[in-house]
Parts: sequence; structure tokens; C-alpha cells
Amino acid sequence: MKQSHSCKTALCALVVWLALSALVLSAHGHAVTNDAEIRIANFTFDPPVLTVKAGTTVKWINEDDIPHLVAEKDGAFRSAPLDTDEKFAQTLQVAGIVEYFCVLHPHMTGKIVVEP
Amino acid sequence: MRNRTKETPEDVGISRRGALECMIWAGTGVLWALSSGVPKSVGLLGEAAAAQASGFTFLQISDSHIGFNKPANPHALDTLREAIVKVEAVDTKPAFMIHTGDITHLSKPDEFDNAAQLIGEAKLDVHYVPGEHDFIDEGQGKAYLERYGEGTEGQGWYSFDDHGVHFIGLNNVVDLRAGGLGRLGPEQLSWLADDLKSKSNSTPIVVFAHIPLWTVYADWGWGTDDGLQAIEMLKRFGSVTVLNGHIHQIMQKVEGNMIFHTARSTCFPQPVPGTAPSPGPITVPADRLRSMLGITRVDMRVGDKPLAVTDTALAD
Repeated sequence: MKQSHSCKTALCALVVWLALSALVLSAHGHAVTNDAEIRIANFTFDPPVLTVKAGTTVKWINEDDIPHLVAEKDGAFRSAPLDTDEKFAQTLQVAGIVEYFCVLHPHMTGKIVVEP
Repeated sequence: MRNRTKETPEDVGISRRGALECMIWAGTGVLWALSSGVPKSVGLLGEAAAAQASGFTFLQISDSHIGFNKPANPHALDTLREAIVKVEAVDTKPAFMIHTGDITHLSKPDEFDNAAQLIGEAKLDVHYVPGEHDFIDEGQGKAYLERYGEGTEGQGWYSFDDHGVHFIGLNNVVDLRAGGLGRLGPEQLSWLADDLKSKSNSTPIVVFAHIPLWTVYADWGWGTDDGLQAIEMLKRFGSVTVLNGHIHQIMQKVEGNMIFHTARSTCFPQPVPGTAPSPGPITVPADRLRSMLGITRVDMRVGDKPLAVTDTALAD
């Protein structure tokens, strides 16, 4: 009985967390998530702002039929050209704001908030 | 702004004031001439034929994207080959050809090789400038510069003179900045200022670069951040023609004595600005594709109509 109550509480907490996450995402375009994947589609990074914990490996996947090339704005990291369905992964160890863009289409920009 | 796509020779006159004030966007098959520094569009065939009498012709191809294999055009080599057939069919032998970048899709050696082999079949001197797709090898442009950088300055910019016209090839795809557009950079702009210093105002100038030097559509990155600085340097000249690629469609703007023109791709079309969620390739039926790809011919002539730009689709 006690175990069941705990499960129920945990479930409720999960639902509330999911709802809050959705609210944050819809209100500010931010995604606070452990699923650190960024879709590149229609020449945009989705989500445009991602929040992760330090040490997270972030993956970008290109869903466009044109290549993109992901690079940190000051050159801290840079992918190879990513053709359709190709991925790039980068582990972010240091807390702070990571600003990146597409070298081929520099008007495409995104941001990752790395929390300690 | 006026769309002159379907104008006939009878209604093409525009005043100098009109030319200065308005931006003119033009579509397929429009030919432009400069008369006493004022641009006029004129009939296609007659004027083009007249231009051969005392001037010379050069050709522009662009955005061949060799290596592209997506549904918009799985046969990039075939359409480039068709474009070269069009080049070979030009009635007067062109003095040379320019390629305004995105020769390759992914800067791979075999893509450069295949493009060079096909373009070489035209048996013309070819002056290249790079597109951003030609600068994404591991060496960030090394592959392009090893092939086409000889005798150029900096990251591949250069100038040369032919038939009294001063030609300037610029690179606006290197060291691009987050959130920006195309970029020339201070080193190249300084070189350009030096290069122009000894030229008289009456020297006809042709500038070519991959990304449009003027802002066509900033939301899609179709422009050059510091392009205006180059344009300012060119304003004192009586005849300036700026030839670009990148946007895979014909657009023209006339401003004072300057004509800006973008060429079609030989590979795939891109949407008209703002008409699609992104500037990505558009897929059209195979029979329509060849009406959206093509080459550009420029006739230079000393006299009252020194310059004309004519676009020919692969389907024409």
C-alpha cells in the first residue's frame, strides 16, 4: 500500500514536471531536458535554446536535404559538413552559455545553457 | 519596385531618375543594356546580335553543386553537362567563362574533379570564385585554393583586365560570423580599394562573387554584411556590373550606374524569397526543372550600348 502510494506520488511529480517543461518550452522556446538532441530542420535549430547539465553530450541531427555545419561561434568546436540524416555530437563539460551557428548558413544560430 | 519580366521592347524605357530610385527585379530572358550610363532593357535577339559586332562576350555559370543527389535533382552532373552544351552552342566564341561558386556540394576531391572535367569540355578559360559549399573541406578552403588559388590574393580574390574592362573576383564566403550574412572582411576590402585606385571613372567594371553583394533577403542570409563598403568604392565608375549566384534564381536590381544580377544554378532551383519555410531546394517535375536552371551570357560593347546580360534556361 505504501509502495503504491509512493508510485502514485512519483507519477504525479512526473506529470507536473512534464507539464512545467512544456510550459517553459512554449513560453520561451527553451527546452530543459535530459534528451540532448537538436534537430536541424527548415534551416533552423530546434530547440533554439537548450538547457543541459555540464557533462551532457549534445547531438545535432540534420533533417534538411541540404548540408549544414555546426560550429561554436568562436571556434571551440566545429562539425564536419552534415548531409541529410547525419549527426554530430559534442560533450559540453563547462557550465556557461554556448552559442553556435551554421557555418554554411550563418544566419542560423542556436544557444545551449550548460548548468553546473 | 517594378517587375519587368514580361516587358516588351516598346515599353521598356525608364528615366534616369527612375533607375536611381527604384529596385528592378527581373525574371527569365530579360536582356539589359547600358546607354550613356542609364540602364535600359531591350529586345533579346537583335541587340545581342548587334553586340557581337564590336564587343566581346563572356559567360557565367553558377551553383553546379556537384555531389548533390537529393530529389530536387539527383542528376547534378547531367544538368551541368547540359549547361556546357549550351555554352558550346553560343554563336560567337566567348572570351572566357566565370563560375560564381558552389562548384561542389561538399568540397570533396571527386566533386571538384568531376566538375573540372565537365567544365573543361567547354574549352574556355574559366575564372572561379568560391561558394560556401567549396570551403567546407577539413582545411576550410584548402581544397579550393589548391585548385583555383594560384595567382590570387588572400583567400582567393583577384582582378584582371580584358578588352578594356576591369574584372574583379571576390570571396565573400570565408570566415563567416554567427548571425551574419556573407562577408568580405577588412583585408579584402583594403585590397579592393588599392586595386581600384589606378582605375579611371570611365573604366567599365565587372565584379563577381558568390553571395549577392546587396541584401536580397536577410532572413535567408541572402546578402553580404560588408557588401555596401565595396559598393561605395564602385559608385564613382560609369559602368559597374555585379554578377552573383547563391540564390539559384534570376534577380536584378539597378541603382545608378550599377547593375546587380544573380544567375540561375545548373543544379536545383530555390524558392522566391519568403514564399517557403526555408531557402532549401525546391522539387519540381523533371520537365519543369530545366526551365529553372541555366546559364548567363554577358555581351560587352564599347559604344552606346556597352553591356547586355541574357539568361538562357536549359529548356530554352
